[in-house]
Amino acid sequence: MQYLINVIDYRSESGTAEEAVAIDAFNKKLIAGGHWVFAAGLADPTVSTVIDGRGDEPVFTDGPFVEAKEWAAGFWIIDAPDLDVALKLMCEGSKACNRRLEVRPLLSDP
Amino acid sequence: MATTARRFGNLDTAEDAAAEAFAIATERWPVDGIPPNPGAWLTTTASRKAIDRIRRESSRDARHTEAKLLYDAEPDPVGVIDDDRLRLLFICCHPALSMEARVALTLRMIGGLSVPEIARAFLVQDTTMGARITRAKAKIAAAQIPYRVPAAEDLPGRVSGVLAVVFLIFNEGYLASGPDTAPVREELTGEAIRLARLLHGLLPDDGEVTGMLAMLLLTDARRSARVSSARELVPLAEQDRGLWDVAQISEGHALVRERLASKVAPGRYQLLAAINAVHTDGDATDWTQVVALYDQLVRLDGSPIVRLNRAIAVGERDGLEAGLALIDDLDSALSGYHAYHAARAHLLRRLGRDTAARDAYDAAISLAGNTAEIAFLTRRRDQARPEDNGRCG
Repeated sequence: MQYLINVIDYRSESGTAEEAVAIDAFNKKLIAGGHWVFAAGLADPTVSTVIDGRGDEPVFTDGPFVEAKEWAAGFWIIDAPDLDVALKLMCEGSKACNRRLEVRPLLSDP
Repeated sequence: MATTARRFGNLDTAEDAAAEAFAIATERWPVDGIPPNPGAWLTTTASRKAIDRIRRESSRDARHTEAKLLYDAEPDPVGVIDDDRLRLLFICCHPALSMEARVALTLRMIGGLSVPEIARAFLVQDTTMGARITRAKAKIAAAQIPYRVPAAEDLPGRVSGVLAVVFLIFNEGYLASGPDTAPVREELTGEAIRLARLLHGLLPDDGEVTGMLAMLLLTDARRSARVSSARELVPLAEQDRGLWDVAQISEGHALVRERLASKVAPGRYQLLAAINAVHTDGDATDWTQVVALYDQLVRLDGSPIVRLNRAIAVGERDGLEAGLALIDDLDSALSGYHAYHAARAHLLRRLGRDTAARDAYDAAISLAGNTAEIAFLTRRRDQARPEDNGRCG
């Protein structure tokens, strides 16, 4: 079972050097435990582009698809047998990156 | 009874059903008159009750199966029913679910209440409650909330989550909120005690679970004395102790003694149980003991509500002024809580400061949700005459 973990933030590019060190250490632990799938930081939502390719001509819109007070500043995708394991792991992740997290299951094959 | 037993092939069911039929008979016959054929009436009633019971039990089993089907897990290594129930309880009270969802799921999956029954209990529409339960089940399946008893290291935290749900169900029954509900809702207090008993049976060595069961029994034992025939709340000191449930009190006391004998430092629910044991011991509450127990509780949980209850106990032990001073300190934290204003109001009234008491009663009444409590507060307010209007009562 895989879970997407969004890192919740309300400031732009707010990561600190200490947080980067803690996140690195946490990632090493995820890899060692076989939980790591992928992770990345995200650029500010103001630099994103919404596309709609459903019509004849694609339509591009500057900015995020939803204006919100908070957004994802980064994410992990982890492998865990169930939600309890995912939550326990990511409590540590929340400490490491010093932010709140949203854990969201990926749809698995039916 | 044998007739009913032959029909249902299960003596337990027949016995319970017959007992219920007799209970109904003793209630109804004096009012409705004895039916032309009492024996036939009893058999018919017993059969109906047995069918209800079988339906209820079979749907309970079906729900257990339903719950298990949410998981494509391998078959259980131990096929013990108790283990299933415990796992089911931990799912229903999972911390990733909202408190509302936990309560609803627990009542549905463990308590066997129907969706309309739960909806009525929490004063929401059937469809709203149905959607809440469906959503919670969908989350359990989609997010893969595991069907297992948590590891030993996580157990205390998870058990306290289950206990919080049980306590909430009990409180909603014991001090039911809402203008159109009965002041005490026995279907909820009874269900909470049933859940606490089940949990105690499953985790007999968990002190807090024992504490919860004892506290609920010792509180519920006073239920019949707690609301007057005028549907007004009766404060502890004015309750007719003869109406208290002796069996519940002695069971509660035995559980509290068992925890004391364990010599393990008590947690929150064990202390609350001990406080209720003092309230139900002898002819009157020993407030010195109650204050000592609240002192311990404040060290575990220094929340304003615990400090309010301690202040009330101090007022009884050391004098009303001492209690009032401690209560007034909590103003900023508790000014939106009816019990804070009610506690102040009672002390002010007893101190003869009637105008201040009336204001405090008004504040308490505007925030209270329980009809019997509102009736009681209103009468007390009306007894407190403003000092400056020159009238005498």
